[in-house]
Amino acid sequence: MDTKKEKFPHGIPGYNLGEIEREIPAEDPPAWPINDELRVIGKRVPRLDARAKVTGEAKYTSDIQLPGMLYAKMLRANVAHAKILAIDTTLAEKLPGVHAVHLMHEMDDKDHLPMVKFVGQPIAGVAAESLDIAKEAIKLIKVKYDEKPFVIDLEDALDANAPLVYDEPIAEQRDGGDVGVVHDGSKGKGNLRGPSTSSFWGGPRGDVEKGFAEADVVVERTYRTQVHTHVPLETHGVVIDWKPEGMTVYASTQSTKGVRDELATYFDLPKSQVRVICQFMGGGFGAKHSAGTFGPMAATLSKKTGRPVWLMLDRQEEHLAEGNRPNSLHSLKIGAKKDGTLTAIQQKSHGTAGVALGAGVGRIAQILYECPNFTTEQYDVLTHAGPGAAWRAPGNVQGAFGVEQAIDELAEKLKIDPLTLRDKIDKSDVRKVERMRGAEKFGWSKRQPAGSSQGPVKKGMGMAQSTWPRFVHLDSSVEVKLYKDGAVEVRSGVQDIGTGTKTILAQVVAEELGLEVSDVTVRIGDTVFPDGPASGGSVVTGSITPPTRNAAYQVKLKLFDLVAKEWKTEANKLTVKDGMVVHMDDSSRKMTFKDALKSLRTGHISVLASRGDDYGGFQQSWGLAYGDLGSVQFAEVTVDTQTGLIKVDRIVAAHSCARPLNIGQLESQINGGVIQGVSYALYEARVMDKGTGHFINANVDQYKMPYAMEIPEIESILVEEYPAQSSTDAYGIAEPANIATAAAIANAVYNAIGVRIFEIPITPASILNALNKDYE
Amino acid sequence: MNRFSWYEAKSVEDALKNANTTLSEELYSPSNEAAFFKSGGIDVLDFLKEGLISPKTIVNVRDIPGMDKIEHEHNEGMTIGANVTLAEIEHHPDVAINFPALQMAVAHAATPQLRNMSTIAGNLAQRTRCWYFRSVDHQCFRKNGDRCFARHSETGQNEGHAIINNGSCVSVHASSIATALLALKASVVIQGGDMKKKVVSIEDFFVSPMQDISRENILGKKDLITEIKVPAPSANTKSFYIKQVARESYDWSLADVAVVAEMKGNTCVDITIALGAAAPTPIRSYEAEKILKGEQLNDMSITKAAEKAMEVARPLSKNGYKIPLFKSIIVRALSELI
Repeated sequence: MDTKKEKFPHGIPGYNLGEIEREIPAEDPPAWPINDELRVIGKRVPRLDARAKVTGEAKYTSDIQLPGMLYAKMLRANVAHAKILAIDTTLAEKLPGVHAVHLMHEMDDKDHLPMVKFVGQPIAGVAAESLDIAKEAIKLIKVKYDEKPFVIDLEDALDANAPLVYDEPIAEQRDGGDVGVVHDGSKGKGNLRGPSTSSFWGGPRGDVEKGFAEADVVVERTYRTQVHTHVPLETHGVVIDWKPEGMTVYASTQSTKGVRDELATYFDLPKSQVRVICQFMGGGFGAKHSAGTFGPMAATLSKKTGRPVWLMLDRQEEHLAEGNRPNSLHSLKIGAKKDGTLTAIQQKSHGTAGVALGAGVGRIAQILYECPNFTTEQYDVLTHAGPGAAWRAPGNVQGAFGVEQAIDELAEKLKIDPLTLRDKIDKSDVRKVERMRGAEKFGWSKRQPAGSSQGPVKKGMGMAQSTWPRFVHLDSSVEVKLYKDGAVEVRSGVQDIGTGTKTILAQVVAEELGLEVSDVTVRIGDTVFPDGPASGGSVVTGSITPPTRNAAYQVKLKLFDLVAKEWKTEANKLTVKDGMVVHMDDSSRKMTFKDALKSLRTGHISVLASRGDDYGGFQQSWGLAYGDLGSVQFAEVTVDTQTGLIKVDRIVAAHSCARPLNIGQLESQINGGVIQGVSYALYEARVMDKGTGHFINANVDQYKMPYAMEIPEIESILVEEYPAQSSTDAYGIAEPANIATAAAIANAVYNAIGVRIFEIPITPASILNALNKDYE
Repeated sequence: MNRFSWYEAKSVEDALKNANTTLSEELYSPSNEAAFFKSGGIDVLDFLKEGLISPKTIVNVRDIPGMDKIEHEHNEGMTIGANVTLAEIEHHPDVAINFPALQMAVAHAATPQLRNMSTIAGNLAQRTRCWYFRSVDHQCFRKNGDRCFARHSETGQNEGHAIINNGSCVSVHASSIATALLALKASVVIQGGDMKKKVVSIEDFFVSPMQDISRENILGKKDLITEIKVPAPSANTKSFYIKQVARESYDWSLADVAVVAEMKGNTCVDITIALGAAAPTPIRSYEAEKILKGEQLNDMSITKAAEKAMEVARPLSKNGYKIPLFKSIIVRALSELI
């Protein structure tokens, strides 16, 4: 690759902003200055599709209506563990209005009736003329089960006599949403898999025994977190129309190309014959990378009937079968010297992702602080429950709940302020600035010693912090097209998970071409366009905006070539400003961008730009682009010690995503992450009955989520930082916004009542149980 | 949800003629020929959507003329038509002035949207929210099954369940408004199939699982609530109500309490203390009332009363926290009377 040298802004404005020279690909645009000097980037640009969303014009997957469309419903197991002896679909097939019935297992193994391993496992699908008929039909399917003993509790599953979830080693399971979790299913025995002894980008180091011997103070605790489902407002589902020339799939998905690739592989079709479309997303949070089981089912029913098939899950199915954040039983031992220097961290965790794997929680303990001696053992425990899935910072949220409480406790033991301790042991500049600016806005100096709040209703303050890697998805492409009539279009397969991807692409192109955001048409969420990144791991902004800018820049140069010929000048003498193409040496020589496009010799010109696997950033492969997205959150809570009621009054969330592109959208995303964090800390929990194996609150009434009165005042602080790593130097903020909240709340609850709660959700029952040991 | 037909009742008589069972009877022993009432429809719709019940006919009593009025007579008290919505009660000036406990209970029920749709009769006649009872996969005592899942000492998920009178079904009644009506000694007017009216005190309206596991109230297949009567309070009566939840925007009670007292200075002449989400039905704590009757209300006496009220409590595996919780809210409610 040809390269050139370019100077970039580098560092944190107001702290250590400077300049750095990078060697960059020759065809890349020059460095952008910091946001203060840009016109569209880093501003509060209104979301392009806001109006369509709030007026209901936006068509989500479940709104798709096609001629002749049938409605499908899946029959799901209502037992936790069984051998299926017989399935009789006769009555269902005879029901008027039913067009097709298909058995799930026939897609993989026609000859053997399957085992049921969790309540909610799909068994069959029906396509009918209405959803009511489909629902009636699945009730007519008779399944004969040979029920087996089951285990749904993490600790019960470790018992030597516990029923086994799998008799055989299980293969690594992975979809686009999986990052940094334990996946090796081959090791272990019984229901235990693992241990994994490292998380990504790190691993064991030093000698922990020596480290603990050097410690003046040791904190050793066990923390517990619950199983937490995703509860996207829009459930999983697809509408599939399989025609002889190929299938069109409308999917509520975080990865149009992922769903395409899965279905193409499953049905042995060329990728060109599977088109996946996702125009609007009602939330995914990690669980919507895959075609699932409903995708192949809908496709099969469409093929069988020759008609489009609508298959959206209901809320109960969503809870039971479409992913959850695994629980954790997380033991930490941390040693430190009197001055706060960490000497050793020892971690051990167990978690269950039900019938799946991926319950590791080790990364935060491994990476957040400087500590020379570290070991981790992370185990997956299999249970007869719905499969886990990636969930907004997989493993990190559970991990931070423990680590950040342990550090808080350590600070108290050392009689050092929790912020001061972190200044000593955390080497991140960004988090240092976040702690400073956050503490000031929050009023940290008003924090009182734990338990000193007077009266029955107590106030408390706490904080916690987190790290998330800057990932880049190295298969991210985008095309920028200029039309002769003046139109500007961006095209990529990347979907907008709901965070505003469409809007930032328009901003990037408008900035580069000197246009307004409204001049740019953004077409995304369709695999007929160049493949974009999956919306997972907070990668979209960091992966798709650099090639978008590069494509806009390169197509602009093409236009300059044409204009320069007409003006009889050099292309490098041209620039764009306020909707005009201007001659740099003679500002009287100018024309509107629209008029400039009339010089096109064809109907349009376009450039496709990509970040491929040979290009991680300004350095190749696993290069500079990878680093750390730091965040620090502060929580203020009120705890009524007589009723146990906890109210989170305020969260100050200090975050960084390198160069912020759209302030309003980023704040919205931080609000969402904080609200999910509050919900995780205080409300949501899957409740299972150990006797029946059922998830008994699989609704949104008794599976509690916060509503308006539970939402705290949320103030966000965006710390601008310029790592100089790409042509936009921008990253996402999805995961970081959700990691620290629960730990910050737990620390604030401790500060309020002087008693530490080691398990979430923290409910009135857990507060009262902790404060009233003697009522029984 | 199954297909069913809809009958629009024109009068109470017409409604009674066209119903053949209650939701509870149909749930306990399904006939698949059921025709039963729906008023606001909140609870009935839940049963239909969960697939717990498949009626043949829904008899809509929501629009029967004349059942949607609140009448207040200073000496007699208040008569609330069966179809009056919770929102109407919440905002009625006479309710707030004369029956603060009722106003507070109604204002904390469900959500503003649901209060616009729910009727007072439907609220009293709703069934328990026990998650096992509401699950098609759990055949509990209440549905003619052979066990109480929640009661099980190792597997029962009973954090929200009963701590008093929990020897059989351990569910708690879902209406928190009933707690206030019980403390206010309200009664329910029921019209039977014979078109005779009967007036039943709230206390007798609710049926405990020990009396009859198949139902939570006395309504029979030919019974329709037409109104609720709340007697006029004697002079110097004060009342207060507290509903304690985990989530303030919208939640079912973890514990709720209503207190109504006739005061003479700081002396309590007469008092009722009603507890909700403590037992399978709303209950009065006669023992606690006895401690306070004729006594000064002060920190010591009300703490003693709260302790007494919880003496009968026998918590299950996961709901012991309800004891300190009830004590706290009883003390707080009584303190408001001083």
